[in-house]
Amino acid sequence: MDRWWAAARRGPDAPPDDRPVILAVEGPHGPVIHGVSRGAALRGARAGQRVVDARAAAPDLEVAWADPADDATWLRRLARWAGRWSPFVAVDGRDGLALDTTGADHLFGGEAEMLRDVEARLSGAGLSARLAVAPSRGAAWALARFGPVRAVCTDLADLDPLPVAALRLPPDPVRALTRLGLKTVGELRAVARPALMRRFARAAPEANPLVRLDQAWGRLPEPLAAPDAPRAPRALLRLAEPVLDPTPLLPDLARTLAARLDRHGEGCRGLRLTVFRTDGETRDVAARLARPTRDPDHMVRLLEGRLEGIDPGFGFDAALLEGLGPERLDAAQPDLTGAVDEAEALARLIDRLAARLGPAAVVRPVLRDSHVPERAQGLVPAAYGMPDGAGGAATVLERPLRPAVLLDPPEPLRVLYAVPEGPPVRLEWRRRRLDVTRYAGPERIAPEWWRDRPGTRLRDYYRVEDAEGCRYWLYREGVIGDRRGGAPRWFMHGLFP
Amino acid sequence: MSQILSFPDPSGRGGLALPPDPSRPTLSEAWSDSAGPAASAFVLSALARPGPVLWVQDRVSGLEAGRPYAVGLRREVLLVRAGRTADALMALEMGLGCPALAAVVGEVWGEAPRLDFTATQRLALRAERAGVPCWLIRRAAAPGLSAARERWRVDPLPSAPDPWDARAPGAPRWRAELFRSRTARPGAWQADLSGPADDRAADRLRLAPLAGDGSLVGGGAARPGRAAR
Repeated sequence: MDRWWAAARRGPDAPPDDRPVILAVEGPHGPVIHGVSRGAALRGARAGQRVVDARAAAPDLEVAWADPADDATWLRRLARWAGRWSPFVAVDGRDGLALDTTGADHLFGGEAEMLRDVEARLSGAGLSARLAVAPSRGAAWALARFGPVRAVCTDLADLDPLPVAALRLPPDPVRALTRLGLKTVGELRAVARPALMRRFARAAPEANPLVRLDQAWGRLPEPLAAPDAPRAPRALLRLAEPVLDPTPLLPDLARTLAARLDRHGEGCRGLRLTVFRTDGETRDVAARLARPTRDPDHMVRLLEGRLEGIDPGFGFDAALLEGLGPERLDAAQPDLTGAVDEAEALARLIDRLAARLGPAAVVRPVLRDSHVPERAQGLVPAAYGMPDGAGGAATVLERPLRPAVLLDPPEPLRVLYAVPEGPPVRLEWRRRRLDVTRYAGPERIAPEWWRDRPGTRLRDYYRVEDAEGCRYWLYREGVIGDRRGGAPRWFMHGLFP
Repeated sequence: MSQILSFPDPSGRGGLALPPDPSRPTLSEAWSDSAGPAASAFVLSALARPGPVLWVQDRVSGLEAGRPYAVGLRREVLLVRAGRTADALMALEMGLGCPALAAVVGEVWGEAPRLDFTATQRLALRAERAGVPCWLIRRAAAPGLSAARERWRVDPLPSAPDPWDARAPGAPRWRAELFRSRTARPGAWQADLSGPADDRAADRLRLAPLAGDGSLVGGGAARPGRAAR
């Protein structure tokens, strides 16, 4: 609902707060209400009701369509943003977040203060939220939905007056318990356990009141499955006021991260800078490194060129620098003569180029074991590290004469030849006519049947020199009568110096 | 007599200009009219230092003049595929700060307004300070204002005869014309590779003076021992 309001307010005229709006999703028997606004709730609409029923009671209800898939994506993003309060955040159902704040609340001045901070920041982002802190996940769930505002639970007896639905039970067991006269959690607790155990012996664990009760009281473990454990070494900077430009923060963050890496004798293979925006979004930029490093100056230089990619929105108030892929990196003794480490210098150049132009733009040709010319060379992004041993299997003792540049893809040619199987006499390439004065060939390269699709034709390569002295490498695809297509075609594939 | 008229003598030492040294660590340009890699091969063989070469190509160069092919190049190349001239310039400047490179080569196709006098001056100063040669290979454009210390025009010549096959193209030869230089007298040379044909790892550039009509000065043979480096 809050997201619908945010979208509506972005329009040209802001809607009044008491507009009766309901969000609907398709149900098995027609549209069902998914969320209601305050105005609609006053007119009797509630979530789960059928839209026709609600409109029959209040004809002036406005119906909009909800997008649950988009909501779920957005909730996952909100969960990442909530990482500012605690590293363990999980999405809880379709409308909740669960945070394990054990040991994190004192950083915000206690549990009540932390709840106030959470609520202030969420409402700053245009979200209304119900919050609770409790010793167990089930109790927090119950208090957040059925308890008082910003409940801080120290005694689990606080749960007693809440209805049984607060135990995260589906509608069926709730109905069964209500029929038995057990309306509140306290009444349910007063019943002897064997009776309940008999009554709900066949219920699934999430529909069993006894299991739910034990979870709420912490007698059954219920760990929080945070999506990714915070493995990477990180440096977090929290700001008193939102800022727009992360550049001045970088040296501090890099120094903290480098000190942390140094303490563990590690270097990182990548960097990610995340900024936490005031409107509840996060933005990040990442850079890869060709060699593990923990040099703060190098980190700063790498990220500096990328900061235009961050959209700070209305400002951000926390920045996080993570070192990705930590690797062991021992301290190295610099050369006493002051000479630079050439491999290190080259790796840094690759890092900086790849950070500015993208990792795919900086490539290193590697030789591969193949006779097909375009397969004999592979272009690997240089940021992924050095090739080991300059390509072991591809070390060729006697290399054939190959051009200095290769055209990718090969360009079609028109060719005049004296005899069909013979060399070309005249070419037409790029709308220019070239007279062949000298040639060498053919050099026949057969298709690699274990990799090519069936029907690939063989190639006859010719080295050709024209009257101006330009030297070309061209090939005829197929021979006449190989029953793999029509007349052979000619292609320009490379240029000799 | 014609050779003296066509070839002015700078030093008064017998009618031949001293060949310039294309391996100096400074900014040089190689212009070429053909799409072929004559200029690239000239540049690579002019490099004196071993080590990897940072090769920056803009997008059109990669399509029109082709990608460097490691099997035929026989030198370690780090290829940067830049989209625009501005990106290529940035990569060149960044590369000139790295002492591990043998050279930094930029290939730019067509007129490039960004590559003006200021930009080339920056490149030249950086190259001279870092001691790394920087080459710009320009094609399909008219030479405009530039701070390059040496500006060459490299075009292919008919190749040397192949010792084993009279009909086949042999070792490459180029016409290298120095049309602007700060240190050497401009002139035209026939360039080829001094290494034996089957050992191209030992490629070194060799320049033999050309007369204005294209014939070699001094009986058609390249002067022995006059290697560029």
